[in-house]
Amino acid sequence: MLAFVLRRILQSGLVMVVVAFIAFGLFNFVGDPVAFMLGQDATQEERVRLRGELGLDQPFYVQFGRFVGNAVKGEFGVSLRQGRPVSTLLRERLPATIELSVAAALLALFIGIPLGVYTALRRQSWLSHMLLAASLVGVSLPTFLIGILLILVFAVYLGWLPSFGRGDVVALGWWTTGLLTQSGLKALILPAITLCLFQLTLIMRLVRAEMLEVLRTDYIKFGRARGLTDRAIHFGHALKNTLVPVITITGLQLGSIIAFAIITETVFQWPGMGLLFIQAVNFADIPVMAAYLCFIALVFVLINLVVDLLYYAVDPRLRIERSAAAH
Amino acid sequence: MRFKLLIGALLAAAVVAGPSAAKTLRWASQGDILTFDPMSQNESLNNTFSDYIYEGLVRYNKQFVPEPALATSWTRVSPTVWRFSLRRNVKFHDGSSMNADDVVFSFQRVLAPSSNMKVYAQGIKETRKVDDYTVEIVTDGPNPVLLRGLVDVKVMSKAWATKHNVLNPQDYVKKEETHAARNANGTGQFMLKSFEADVRTVLVANPNWWDKAEGNVTEIVYRPIKQDSTRAAALLSNEIDLVLDPPTQDIPRLRQNSAIKIADGTETRIIFLGFDQWRDESPYTDVKGKNPFKDKRVRQALYQAIDIEAIRRATMRGLAVPTGSMIAPQVNGYFEEFAKRLPHDEAAAKRLLSEAGYPNGFSFTLDCPNNRYINDEEICIAITAMWAKVGLKAKLNAMPRATYFQKIQKFDTSVYLLGWATATFDGLYTLQSLIRSPAADGKGADGNFNLGKYSNAKADALIDQVKTEIDDAKRNQAMRDAQRIHAEDIGHIPLHQQVIPWAMRSNVSVFHRADNRLDGRWVRVD
Repeated sequence: MLAFVLRRILQSGLVMVVVAFIAFGLFNFVGDPVAFMLGQDATQEERVRLRGELGLDQPFYVQFGRFVGNAVKGEFGVSLRQGRPVSTLLRERLPATIELSVAAALLALFIGIPLGVYTALRRQSWLSHMLLAASLVGVSLPTFLIGILLILVFAVYLGWLPSFGRGDVVALGWWTTGLLTQSGLKALILPAITLCLFQLTLIMRLVRAEMLEVLRTDYIKFGRARGLTDRAIHFGHALKNTLVPVITITGLQLGSIIAFAIITETVFQWPGMGLLFIQAVNFADIPVMAAYLCFIALVFVLINLVVDLLYYAVDPRLRIERSAAAH
Repeated sequence: MRFKLLIGALLAAAVVAGPSAAKTLRWASQGDILTFDPMSQNESLNNTFSDYIYEGLVRYNKQFVPEPALATSWTRVSPTVWRFSLRRNVKFHDGSSMNADDVVFSFQRVLAPSSNMKVYAQGIKETRKVDDYTVEIVTDGPNPVLLRGLVDVKVMSKAWATKHNVLNPQDYVKKEETHAARNANGTGQFMLKSFEADVRTVLVANPNWWDKAEGNVTEIVYRPIKQDSTRAAALLSNEIDLVLDPPTQDIPRLRQNSAIKIADGTETRIIFLGFDQWRDESPYTDVKGKNPFKDKRVRQALYQAIDIEAIRRATMRGLAVPTGSMIAPQVNGYFEEFAKRLPHDEAAAKRLLSEAGYPNGFSFTLDCPNNRYINDEEICIAITAMWAKVGLKAKLNAMPRATYFQKIQKFDTSVYLLGWATATFDGLYTLQSLIRSPAADGKGADGNFNLGKYSNAKADALIDQVKTEIDDAKRNQAMRDAQRIHAEDIGHIPLHQQVIPWAMRSNVSVFHRADNRLDGRWVRVD
């Protein structure tokens, strides 16, 4: 067990270094932050001086080595755009992104699963056909377009919900939350819907497919033969067995929700990490971009690690095979 | 009856004399404020907020002529020494009084190595205190544009800066945030109440301000909204009162809406094309052994092949004013005679190319930014198509600004598109950066954006005269002559002035400033 965990952690560390390396390699193409920091009027000598001060004149491997060295200590340097420590910036933005992502994931689960069950059980009803058709739209429309459409309808035409921002937030220690104020909750609705739509359709289709599969199995037939109620069969037996893969997928998708929040955050001016990243790209703010990419990689790596460990705990076959091989 | 009248009169008096109701202006644009340190970033939005909170010795009036602000009057003691009398009883937002020490300190600070606003204080050798309310500024040589620079040299409190350890502007080497980046203590019309990056900034009116505003705004709430369509939606849904940069494609629709008002105005920025005029063989052309852009006939052909009306109408959707001048009309040193462009004439362009020895044209690369100016890449696409009609095969190389400027500032270009705004509202700023030959050592402001190294010794001499000439008439004559030489040489191809419409709710009125700063003094919300 310990060897397995250690190996996984080692692999995760390797993935992180590779991500950092690729990200750093890309930064050679994003342009010169000095041009922004000094503006158009700066003289050549000022540019050279600043570049030297920032260490941008040094070769790639020196810059990269220093970055990794500091990153291990949790230090990502100072944002070139805002002049503030990157770790502070990320910590400030983290709550907004997490709240949005979790809200979106919960919405996707709590709407997606019932819809999936419904479309599996009532395959021929017109509502099922409508839902499936609508889910195609949800999968194929780009997120920013959905966001803009929602803004147009609910903010501009109906005037019910705010078109941007996070509303008023309450600080609980370093964590800020918009869940405790009315304006914060109102502001969460449109972005959360926008962000969840893709996952929602995914979960719905997944649950439907799994459910159809399970409903064909023998133990369901035996259940029916025994005279169990539809309710007990569908929810007590079929759904339970459907949920194992759904939970796995949802867990893995949480990482991509956080990562893909970039677009939703940009459309709604949601002050999360994605928005920070987009602005960093426009400004060639290398420390922020590097830290963000490493953070996202870390999220994925951690989720994968947890899922792997869960498998190990849940699935006895993994353990048996391994101990058998050891003999 | 009499009683009723009395009541009515009392009520009316109460309405007139009573405390004016709080008027909030909520406005938005794409970016966010980077810092509240007034010497850390020379960027339009930052300067706008510095103007709200801080003041210089002088400020612009609506004609962009400097008028008294923290200084009440000034005299020139000698050609290089200016004496300023400071306004008395001016208080910083923390309640302390402003005096000569603060002014002297601020001038030292703006010239610190980590300052980004040095350009506004260039040529200042020394600032000294004469008494508590008099300072003298000593310049390297006679400096006719000193006052215009002083507008953007903001006065900070020395005691406050000492207390919070912000004697110097933000230094990127020190890996820490400075107190002045997120706190502010000026003397200006507004005080900083709160700042949340990418969320909102709130300013409230300074009750102890020495001046009275013409407008009535008592609170400013700034919300950055990055996405174009969201910004427009926020204005339409009345969550925002004014958008400084409404998306170009939405403007016709916004104009139709009776709840929205558009303030059109031109910017001082001129969009133009420049050419490599210094190499013997230009790197990005297929002409070997010589540099075609050194030939005036070729430059004129490039000029006359451009149908600027089509660009204005189709590419810019009307949001451009074509011009033949490198200097905008709002700027001191503009002369109408240069505004007229050479006519669009394809036949003439072809003839000129034949005369120059390129009857079949030639190929070259046009370098162009794609996220810096309004429709920059689209302009370049249109121009390459127009050049193709006279046989010039231009390959478009469009780049984001971060890589574009890095490339062209190394003079690594044959033909490029650039825009230039005149921050000081004085023509020298443009003449010196764009038309003056670069200094031999590459230092200083001479020709620092003359990226094709256009060079004419006569123009150089005139521009050097403009730098120090105190007599306004002679100085303007020199600016005129320098521009004439440049226009005859076709040193660059001016294209147009950008029109920058601001969109606002119909109950808001503003003064549209050509440097795209929303001035707090002149905003009314009714």
